[in-house]
Amino acid sequence: MTEHAQLKIWRGVDRAAGRWERYEVPFEPGQSVLDGLRWIRANRDPSLAIRFSCINANACKECMIELDGKTVYACTARLEPREMMLAPLANKPLLRDLVTEIAPPAERLS
Amino acid sequence: MANPLHTSTDVLVIGAGGAGMYAAIDAARQGARVLLIDRSLIGRGGATVMAQMTVAVALGAQTPDHWSHHYADTLAAGRGLCAEPLARLLCEEGPDCIREMDAWGIGWARRDGRIVQAQAPGHDRPRCVYVDFLNTGPAVSKTLRTVVNRTAGIRKAGDLAVVDLIVADGEVTGAAALHLVTGAAVTIAAKATVLATGGLTRLYRRNSASANMGGDGYALALRAGATLVDMEFVQFFPIGHLAPRLIGMDPIMWDPFRYKLGGRLLNGNKEEFTSRYGSDESGKYVLTRDLATYAIIKEVDAGRSSPHGGAYLSFEHCSAAALRAAFGPVIDRLAKNDIDLTRMPVEVAPIAHYHMGGITADARMATNVPGLYAAGEAVGGANGANRLSGNAITEALVFGRRAGRSAAEWAAGIAAQPFRPEVARASLDLIAADGGGAGPNTAEMITKLQATMADEVGPLRDAARLRRALARIEELTVALGERPFGAPTAFDLRRLEWFDLRNMLLVAGAVAATALARQESRGAHQREDFPETEASWRVNQIVHWRDSELALVRNPAAVEMAAQ
Repeated sequence: MTEHAQLKIWRGVDRAAGRWERYEVPFEPGQSVLDGLRWIRANRDPSLAIRFSCINANACKECMIELDGKTVYACTARLEPREMMLAPLANKPLLRDLVTEIAPPAERLS
Repeated sequence: MANPLHTSTDVLVIGAGGAGMYAAIDAARQGARVLLIDRSLIGRGGATVMAQMTVAVALGAQTPDHWSHHYADTLAAGRGLCAEPLARLLCEEGPDCIREMDAWGIGWARRDGRIVQAQAPGHDRPRCVYVDFLNTGPAVSKTLRTVVNRTAGIRKAGDLAVVDLIVADGEVTGAAALHLVTGAAVTIAAKATVLATGGLTRLYRRNSASANMGGDGYALALRAGATLVDMEFVQFFPIGHLAPRLIGMDPIMWDPFRYKLGGRLLNGNKEEFTSRYGSDESGKYVLTRDLATYAIIKEVDAGRSSPHGGAYLSFEHCSAAALRAAFGPVIDRLAKNDIDLTRMPVEVAPIAHYHMGGITADARMATNVPGLYAAGEAVGGANGANRLSGNAITEALVFGRRAGRSAAEWAAGIAAQPFRPEVARASLDLIAADGGGAGPNTAEMITKLQATMADEVGPLRDAARLRRALARIEELTVALGERPFGAPTAFDLRRLEWFDLRNMLLVAGAVAATALARQESRGAHQREDFPETEASWRVNQIVHWRDSELALVRNPAAVEMAAQ
């Protein structure tokens, strides 16, 4: 059974000059928010920046974003048939769209 | 173009999973300056962190054991194709690495003070250590991260995707990389370089490893003049999770359940079926991966699949108490996914899991190109045509340690930094290139490649399917073109995917071409048009990159070995 989520996603490289974009995403119950974001990239807009590695094992801890104002892992938050607001972490430097600088300072190119 | 960012080191380690971190630690212990880089975060993006399973090692902690028994099992699983010096190294030095990890505080599961060793398929005795509950890989990663962080002489840099190794006068002298955060080009001068980039499971639609394992290291090695071996042997894990939808868990999580509790593999009619393919399990877990994968696919082809196209795995004979005792909090995570094992089976199906093939290396982990070493899953040959369960983390640790040591020794013998910027020019121009235009959707292209590999270059193969795959790979290669789409910019996934596809298509071509050439069935390579194992094919295929074409050579050394 296919349902749809309305994902409202913050886009941009500057917090003061961002925009919200809406995507309708089909899904089956049980799928994750990351599944929805990957669907958008493959089917609608590959320019959407997201960060993930392990996809759904909750191992790499890379896909942290804000969902409706709360910090979640996109790979374990479930898609729901409603409007869901996705934004980059507020307390980390923004890189692009949903991607923030989460590496410890000693693990960055310097 | 502007001068790229530049840094230098004695030993460059590319890939910060289990093998890369151990390589960095051991190179630093030898006194080398080390730069450990990863396309993702340090110590989080490889395959090791996802492994919820076990580590095979002849510790003899519970049952008397010797590395030679582990070696015999490894060679038998490899169906006659193992690179014997590599398999021997894995088995002989495994115990030492496992004890070092123990001393570093990993917390191997113990009973009465002794490290517990579980029985796994293909092993002649209980040999597999683990960390409860389903926590082996994360514990290995965390332990190595901690040691990397306290080891003097290791610098770390994540978000660096290596585009090319830099070869000068036939030697690898460093690397050119794309810095994802800024989109800038970076050059790294290194006296020795270790490729610890893992395998190629991302080439397949359903896979058990991270999105970073797209075979980068194989492509980097080929273009630098190194060779690949056994590329046709992709291991499919037979009982990857299929349904119901499960999040927050590694899809190969059912293996430890089977080690501890058995579990019944059933077809869509709820009948046991592995005996039809010559392997009677009777509720125990004894079937090697290649045979189990074959049995499930044949049963699906015969129209007896579970609803989502796989097989059932049932633990309904186990009590709630037994499940809780074996898996503790994992049972609660399953409950959150609406899975109650006492009253329902789950559905499983083969899933791309590991690559037996890889970069050709000797027992020092040296490739055929001076200055270039390989470690972990990136190395080909140790596991032949089929890897024994539990050998992957062992090889990550053993090969990582050995590669780090060898690279440090090589670097110590080089006085002046051999890197020459002008040699890196073509790679830097590519990283900075503005290919213009919209270009095709790179994420969609990857999806198409994954579908082709899964449908045409999966566990069961024939010439028609493999030829279709090669044609499709060629079409995608033409669509990719010569330059990345658009101009460089900060955290541009499309640009990263363009470079990923440049590597993935080259490596996919190597897998399909070697699979087409091998006209027999052996281990993980099953040809429906050549179903028998042929003595004449007890040879390794070596892949070269010559004049921008793949060239295959049959390894004469293995032929001589087989003739003896």
